[in-house]
Amino acid sequence: MGKLFAAIISAITAISAGVFIARIWWLPPDISVLGVGIDHQLMETMVAAGVLFVSSQLTLAFFAWRYADAGDGRPVKAFPGGATPMVALATLLVSAEILVLIVVGTKVWGGIFLAPIDPQALHIDVQAEQFAFYFRYPGPDGKLGVAHPELIDDGNGNFFGLDPANDTTARDDIVSASLNVPVGRPIYLTMHAKDVGHSFFVPELRLQQDFVPGLVIPLQFTATTVAKKEIVCTQLCGLGHFNMRAYLEVMPDSQFMQWLKDQANF
Amino acid sequence: MTSPTLAPGSSPARTGVWIGIAAITMSFTAYTSAMVVRQGSGADWHHVVLPGILYLDTVLLLLSSGTLELGRRRLRAGASGAMLLTVTLALGLLFLAGQLVAWRGLAAQGLYLSSNPASDFFYIFTALHGLHLIGGIAALGYLLGRLRADPAPPWSALEAVTLYWHFMGVLWLYLLVVLATRL
Amino acid sequence: MHESSAPPTSFLRKHVFSLDHKVIGKQYLDLALVAVVTGMVLSWLMRLHLAYPELAIPGLGRIAPNGAAGGVMTPELYLSIMTMHGTIMVFFVLTTAPFAGFGNYILPIQVGAEDMAFPRFNMMSFWVTCVAFLVLLAAFFVPEGPPLSGWTAYAPLSAIGKDAGPGQGTGQTLWAISIGIFCIGQLLGSLNFIATTLDLRARGMTLMRMPLSTWAWFITSVIGLIAFSVLLPACVLLVLDRVAGTSFFIPAGLVVSDRLQPHAGGSPLLWQHLFWFFGHPEVYIAILPGFGIVSHILPAFARKPLLGPKVAISCMAAIAFLSYTVWGHHMFLSGMNPLSATLFSVPTLIITIPATIMVLLWIGTVYGARMRFTTPALFCLGFVSVFVSGGISGFFLAQPSIDTYLHGTYFVVGHFHFVMGVAAMFGIFAATYFWFPKMYGRMMNETLGKWHFFLTLIGVYATFMPMHYLGLAGNIRRYSAFTDDYMKGSLPLHRFITMAALFTGAVQLLFFANLIWSRFRGAKAPANPWGATSLEWSIPSPPPHDNFGGKHPVVAHGPNEYGGTGPEGDHVMQATPESLGTV
Repeated sequence: MGKLFAAIISAITAISAGVFIARIWWLPPDISVLGVGIDHQLMETMVAAGVLFVSSQLTLAFFAWRYADAGDGRPVKAFPGGATPMVALATLLVSAEILVLIVVGTKVWGGIFLAPIDPQALHIDVQAEQFAFYFRYPGPDGKLGVAHPELIDDGNGNFFGLDPANDTTARDDIVSASLNVPVGRPIYLTMHAKDVGHSFFVPELRLQQDFVPGLVIPLQFTATTVAKKEIVCTQLCGLGHFNMRAYLEVMPDSQFMQWLKDQANF
Repeated sequence: MTSPTLAPGSSPARTGVWIGIAAITMSFTAYTSAMVVRQGSGADWHHVVLPGILYLDTVLLLLSSGTLELGRRRLRAGASGAMLLTVTLALGLLFLAGQLVAWRGLAAQGLYLSSNPASDFFYIFTALHGLHLIGGIAALGYLLGRLRADPAPPWSALEAVTLYWHFMGVLWLYLLVVLATRL
Repeated sequence: MHESSAPPTSFLRKHVFSLDHKVIGKQYLDLALVAVVTGMVLSWLMRLHLAYPELAIPGLGRIAPNGAAGGVMTPELYLSIMTMHGTIMVFFVLTTAPFAGFGNYILPIQVGAEDMAFPRFNMMSFWVTCVAFLVLLAAFFVPEGPPLSGWTAYAPLSAIGKDAGPGQGTGQTLWAISIGIFCIGQLLGSLNFIATTLDLRARGMTLMRMPLSTWAWFITSVIGLIAFSVLLPACVLLVLDRVAGTSFFIPAGLVVSDRLQPHAGGSPLLWQHLFWFFGHPEVYIAILPGFGIVSHILPAFARKPLLGPKVAISCMAAIAFLSYTVWGHHMFLSGMNPLSATLFSVPTLIITIPATIMVLLWIGTVYGARMRFTTPALFCLGFVSVFVSGGISGFFLAQPSIDTYLHGTYFVVGHFHFVMGVAAMFGIFAATYFWFPKMYGRMMNETLGKWHFFLTLIGVYATFMPMHYLGLAGNIRRYSAFTDDYMKGSLPLHRFITMAALFTGAVQLLFFANLIWSRFRGAKAPANPWGATSLEWSIPSPPPHDNFGGKHPVVAHGPNEYGGTGPEGDHVMQATPESLGTV
């Protein structure tokens, strides 16, 4: 029975780890500046976790196979040195690994969420609602109009509750259902929700951030590759949650300027 | 009440009340932190002017703690304490009646449960404290019933009820401070 | 404190409103069994829909005519089913079975008491929990259907009401009320566990002589006392937001279903903080009893003492303490101050140290053992294996920078199902196979048990390991179908997982068959079939009404005296007089 247990655990361990090593299912290629740090951190954790996983499963399997009761009355053996040295060693090793992960990880995290807003960044206002994203670009005046929730009228396309009649800065705002950004330029999103909680996730950007009703949340990224990827909502937001998606289009700078112009005329 | 398996000096009833105190403290801590967060999250906080009767109520409740403590000591000394316990119970009921008057007072100002966050918390705190006090009143009633049937008081229950009642007083003082000050 | 040593005679007092902790423990386990079957069927429905979104499930159309016309599930019904699955499993299975169920039955006997300290509260605790379950189930039968905001019920989706979608009306209100009631039941339970452990221990039963299982239940009840004391206020505030028009969790200016909501000033993050302040410790409420059960059972089948029992107790206490410092790791991306993410990540990583040590202690216990591979022993080893698998993925999620990618994906689903779902279930299975003979006086069938173990082990790995692959590939959770664009590639793997889940579920029939068969046809169990040491094995199987037959046990030994020579063989029982026992 011990041998059967050992064999099954070993097989499970081999298959589980094998699929990770073979990268049959793996992260999509990264298209952001900060993704490199995240991927690196993930890889580091993967190696440490993999070693821990395989070694502890195999040790468990080996002991189960080796120390089955043979009914021969052989006396039991205590673990060499008792618990204390093992506990001390484990504490030391795990602490060291944790320390490394914290130091490296804090840097990566800080680079994404604690960095000051780049003054050169392109500011885009994002609104999430059941069940769509809307993106608002400042027009030629470079300013975004003020949003008034009570003026929101989806039927007339006033998704942000703008007041162009009284608010001059709102008149030239460009509203789009897709997030189009120029490649290589820092993007600064201000994120707010119209109704309930939502989330912004682009796996290729390695970036995820919740929208919280009542809060305006800043988020920065820089895309490095021209590409068209999906933005998905990952915060449960109601019955249409599964369908809440939009496109992120990373374009060459010139093409982006043209797109912006086309949108303004539209 | 005591079983031969019990270690000397241990009283499950008293332990139980202490555990209850821990849980009640924790839940009022949660309400308080919710209140602090709520006060900071919106500009709609309008401080409630506390009805004056609350201060009279406070005196009643503290008085009832005193009568219960006296009653407990008298019973300990072998004298009759049922009278003092009855007074305590009556004071507790008076306190509750006073709280109801305070609610009416607030309602007269047009402040209801959902009027503004300060009044929300006023009603929540007073209602929950009142509910917990009703538990204490029920326990006192049970004690008095036991005393009538058998003049030898159930010691551990008496100790436990006294402890709980004092805690209700302390909790009320805390809530009064929280409600009266602009935390 | 026992109300009366004479057993009650009326049917009602004996089986329904019993004050006997053993009856109450069994009632809790029966409730958990009903709940787990419900939760499992819901999970099959979800898995079937994920694998075959167009599939008409026979009968579903009749049960949920609005959500599944013709048997094809709508996305909102999927979310409702998911919400109910999570709620039922976390609250009514993972809290009731290992903690309230086995704890109630075993803890008083293991400390040498006749009953719990407050038998009436104990009975109330069960019936209150039962009412909570019925209120939750009632949400299936309200016109708009059950709530769909997940077991975490994030505000404002959960707080707004009907405007937020079907099920967010009455169904969501019932949900909040049910969980509030559940808190009261568990607070009463925790109160009893703590008082019993502190005050009703038999002579000689020092704290350090308590079995590890009792230690775990005791620590769990301390966690529960604090956690449920916070969830209860959160539910009260949520109900008030929903029915009384207050705005604790709802900020100003929300436009839902084209209606400007009449609320202002609330904070959605307040709900998340209150919920997770309970929610993370809840994970340990589910898993710590498993720690105790494995630490208690494994030595009995290794025939040697647990390695480092005092270390194990310290680790469990450390985990209990740390569990209150880590809730923010569920909220790395919630919009709270990003600085606090780094702060919450540190204790989250530190909590892996006591968890790692526990694993090493169990593996070290198997070293040099004379392992008897009975079914409970196998489930203990299986527990170690799945706990390692689930714990290790926690390493990823504890780091905010990696969570940035993995947060909303199946990686998280795989992680928590391994670490708190499957591991806790393995603990429950180990406990069932181990204590069934004591509870019912009959042995469970070993052959069926072993088949059950191995097939379940393979089944759970086939179900939950691939979820980690999905998560890495960016496959997100809480979506009812993956049929377009970038997630379409995941469909074959989803189908595989569905097959594995159905297989694992089917295997559980072996367990149910075993339970029923053994209950009536199992071999008669002796008082101590496993050669174990703790007090419950020194009394008849099943135990008499007052546990020790009017006698008061005197304890002279720790629970861990295996592997030597004594009057009973290679172990010394806790109640063996001091003069007789040597190891």
